Amino acid sequence: MTARSRFSARLDLENGRVDMSHGAGGRAMAQLIDELFKQALDNEWLSQGNDQALFSVPPGRLVMSTDAHVVSPLFFPGGDIGSLAVHGTVNDVAMSGARPLHLAASFILEEGFPLADLARIVASLAQAAREAGVAVVTGDTKVVERGKGDGVFITTTGIGVVPEGIAISGDRARPGDVILINGHIGDHGIAILSQRENLGFETAIQSDSAALHGLVADMIAAVPDIHCLRDPTRGGLATTLNELAQQSGVGMRVRETDIPVREAVSAACELLGLDPAYVANEGKLVAICPADRAETLLAAMRAHPLGAQSAIIGEVVEDPLGFVQMQTRFGGERLLDWLTGEQLPRIC
Amino acid sequence: MKYVDEFRDQQLARQLAAAIAAEVDPARQYRLMEFCGGHTHAIFRYGVQQLMPPNLRFVHGPGCPVCVLPMARLDQAMAMTREHGVTLCTYGDLMRVPASGRQTLLKAKAAGADVRMIYSTQDVLRIARDEPERQVVFMAIGFETTTPPTAVAILQARAEGLKNLSFLCNHVLTPPALRAILSLAGPEGVRLDGILGPSHVSTVIGTRPYAFVPREFGLPVVIAGFEPLDVMQSALMLVRQINDGRREVENQYSRAVGEVGNARALELMARVFVTRPSFEWRGLGFLPESALALADDYADLDAERRFPVTVEASHEIKGCECPAILRGLKEPTECKLFGAVCTPDNPMGACMVSSEGACAAYWSHRTHMPSSGLNR
Repeated sequence: MTARSRFSARLDLENGRVDMSHGAGGRAMAQLIDELFKQALDNEWLSQGNDQALFSVPPGRLVMSTDAHVVSPLFFPGGDIGSLAVHGTVNDVAMSGARPLHLAASFILEEGFPLADLARIVASLAQAAREAGVAVVTGDTKVVERGKGDGVFITTTGIGVVPEGIAISGDRARPGDVILINGHIGDHGIAILSQRENLGFETAIQSDSAALHGLVADMIAAVPDIHCLRDPTRGGLATTLNELAQQSGVGMRVRETDIPVREAVSAACELLGLDPAYVANEGKLVAICPADRAETLLAAMRAHPLGAQSAIIGEVVEDPLGFVQMQTRFGGERLLDWLTGEQLPRIC
Repeated sequence: MKYVDEFRDQQLARQLAAAIAAEVDPARQYRLMEFCGGHTHAIFRYGVQQLMPPNLRFVHGPGCPVCVLPMARLDQAMAMTREHGVTLCTYGDLMRVPASGRQTLLKAKAAGADVRMIYSTQDVLRIARDEPERQVVFMAIGFETTTPPTAVAILQARAEGLKNLSFLCNHVLTPPALRAILSLAGPEGVRLDGILGPSHVSTVIGTRPYAFVPREFGLPVVIAGFEPLDVMQSALMLVRQINDGRREVENQYSRAVGEVGNARALELMARVFVTRPSFEWRGLGFLPESALALADDYADLDAERRFPVTVEASHEIKGCECPAILRGLKEPTECKLFGAVCTPDNPMGACMVSSEGACAAYWSHRTHMPSSGLNR
């Protein structure tokens, strides 16, 4: 008797909805896991059918990271919460220089959520994982009552292994180091904002959501002594630079004219009263390396499809106060401070 | 970006800076008040002050709608959510402004009040249509720039017969505030040599309402656009007026502002609103005929009449210098709270909340702006 024949009728993936029984631990939950999750994510560890995945690890230092995903809307130009849940955690693991190995994923579903949407999200998550070469080896599903969630929340946890000789850390930026970024900033945040119904604002901007570990692998192969790597997600480039400056006890100087921003993103920011330096990214990384290795690193980044628009944007300087300063396009100087609150548009 | 980058051109900025440096009289001070928070924001964001000679200083005015809203009006709005269970809609900047007892709309929302951040008055209409079981109140704030959209929303609500929408009007008027600042003469008042006039406000009201400034206060006015080159060109125009001994209202922002303003917008405002006899401004106190209320014909859409509440007298946080800063009497760095306990993450006064507030602007650019004391 195969697993599937335990159920009297297949899940209705066209018109069905999540109900409380899908999280109750009974047959309905088993069916959801079998017909939707295992089907899409199919791998040897998941099909062990245990509450944990058993695997051996390669030698080296392990890194581990976790990320909760609550994006709204769930589907946006250039991705959805499924692909985002893979990219977000893969990138957090990769920013240590690690090769990601496996992911765990846990889903919080809201009662009434269409199974068709869930299937689409799981398929997208599975595809992103396959493309990234990582497997979702264990997972969990819970259901909350209608009104207690917002469709679906996904938490993913990833592990990876750091190659010998790599020591990337946010506290290693040194005065004289050079700051690089792998392309246009602000795409993800503007893509999301453009989809929010209360903005009624349409643009052709796609989220930059992408798994960056391939790019990172090429970068550390070219320049093993990269000092810092970080993905500027929430709070954008400005916030990431401030985090690194504070962690390393240094200041930074960047040049506005050297920071790649798409015309459409600039225009949308202008209209909404936003600053692209604070808008979220999901496929960008900031790299800091010794000045004499910067050109080599830049060349390696530009040779990768996710780094074609890479640029050197500034330098690390001595500053006990840890200020990040920007030379403006206009010729003045301004502080790129931490993001305060939410990024709210001005009102007049 | 076309029509934007042209007004942020570095070469032109250098030329204007050189012209200003060449024309200022080193023997005198040029204290230019930019009325609007939009100018304050541009001056800091683009580093315009650094491009000016040392004897030309920008003095920051009260033209930030969030900053001048008195605590009592926020207390009133929160009381409406508490006592009448209304859904309160407002623009984002207002969410973090401290009210009495360190309350904010953000905290009230976390505690269960139905407070919604909206981007335009059309969002408010949509919420009222979509949720007929909720009583929706739009907390309308702003100078003449944001008043016409509120007027349109009121007319739309009336036309659609929306019974569950009302308006808490906090719209204020620019000329009375400017008069109040300039009236604080003598050792108590701010010393000024010229005024950078509002740009967006003037697209609505035109340049005529500023005629009293040269006539009664002997100060030159230049209506200035919000882009950094606009600010610099306007500063140059003011320097020339001051040097020539002229006292006129000039219009640098002629690409958007005319002498008489936007007749259609003014007509809408006149139809829907009446001037209040008096209204409280944070920092400036009660100013006569300085704000708008819904006209009697629209009384049924007036939240103040639909949801009466009583609020106790409010007190500013001790030590907060927002009132003096809003009058141009003090610089943010002269406030004991500035940067110590009052930061954009934890604002004590309204000037630290909006990016157009002087304190928030100073904080975001704190490495570069030493206190000059010039504006006292």
